[in-house]
Amino acid sequence: MIAIAVVAALLPSSLAVAAAAQTSLSEISSEVMCPVCGTLLELAESPQAQREKVFVQRLIDAGRSKAEIKDALVAEYGDEVLALPQGSGFSLSAYLVPIIGFAIALVALCFGVIKWRRSGERSDRDGPAGPELSPEDSRRLDADLGRYDL
Amino acid sequence: MSVRSSIAVLAVLAVIGLLVFGLVSHGSSRIAVGETAPAPTLPRLEGDGQGSLADYRGQWVLVNFWASWCIPCRDEAPALEEFQKAHGGQDFTVLGIDTRDLSGDGRQFAGKYELSYPQLHDGDGAMAHEYGTTGVPENFLVDPHGKVEWTTPGPVSEAMLREEIAPLLQGRS
Repeated sequence: MIAIAVVAALLPSSLAVAAAAQTSLSEISSEVMCPVCGTLLELAESPQAQREKVFVQRLIDAGRSKAEIKDALVAEYGDEVLALPQGSGFSLSAYLVPIIGFAIALVALCFGVIKWRRSGERSDRDGPAGPELSPEDSRRLDADLGRYDL
Repeated sequence: MSVRSSIAVLAVLAVIGLLVFGLVSHGSSRIAVGETAPAPTLPRLEGDGQGSLADYRGQWVLVNFWASWCIPCRDEAPALEEFQKAHGGQDFTVLGIDTRDLSGDGRQFAGKYELSYPQLHDGDGAMAHEYGTTGVPENFLVDPHGKVEWTTPGPVSEAMLREEIAPLLQGRS
């Protein structure tokens, strides 16, 4: 009796897990390639794509998870069947290179901004560039400035 | 050269290198007569283990790229099997390369057409790429020394096998 109660209590949760793990042909087709066509499987209609879809559907019907189906496709067609590169091995570089490139660009931009600001401060501190004014020009400048009520 | 100039030159070289790599890795020209036929190791389509064109060194081999989903392959399969029955042996064999195909479909195809010659599974199309094929079927006759002696970018017919391949096998080296 207790055993039946335990099974009854666990059954809905195990069914829910199974339902959550269940995938669909459209979901898989949007994440894998048709190797012959060079396009996503969901966009391909070639005979090879049709066979690939049948293969995926058969695995879905057998209750395989998305990861298991992708593994099966890789075993058949190699890594190129995946629309997104895998997150391991050499394929990882597809994700790392843009991140590293962005980080280098950001650091270079920061250095550039710092350098630009420092050169601006230095030029302010050193005063205006150009030749010294003669005493006569200096008097004329003071007189001109004196006419303005700043 | 200043540090800044060196970095700029390195960046330009890196971009050029990437472009060249992209061109080289995607471009593949078709293997021509007289060239050495690539012989990568592939899993056998039926049974366990692996095989290679190199296993047949010393024999003439008609390398036939095919796939179960390919319509012309269905037309040429019986002709190839007949040719294998007539000429296969110590000096010659057809070697089927099931390329970019599901292995289960490939086995079913081989069973349906009762293909008795050896078959390898080139699932990711790497061997087909090495040969520079543009589709299936494609055929390459390889001599006992591993050089391509004859090739056609399409299906072989019974007449083609009889009139073009058989005479080459008559003067077996």
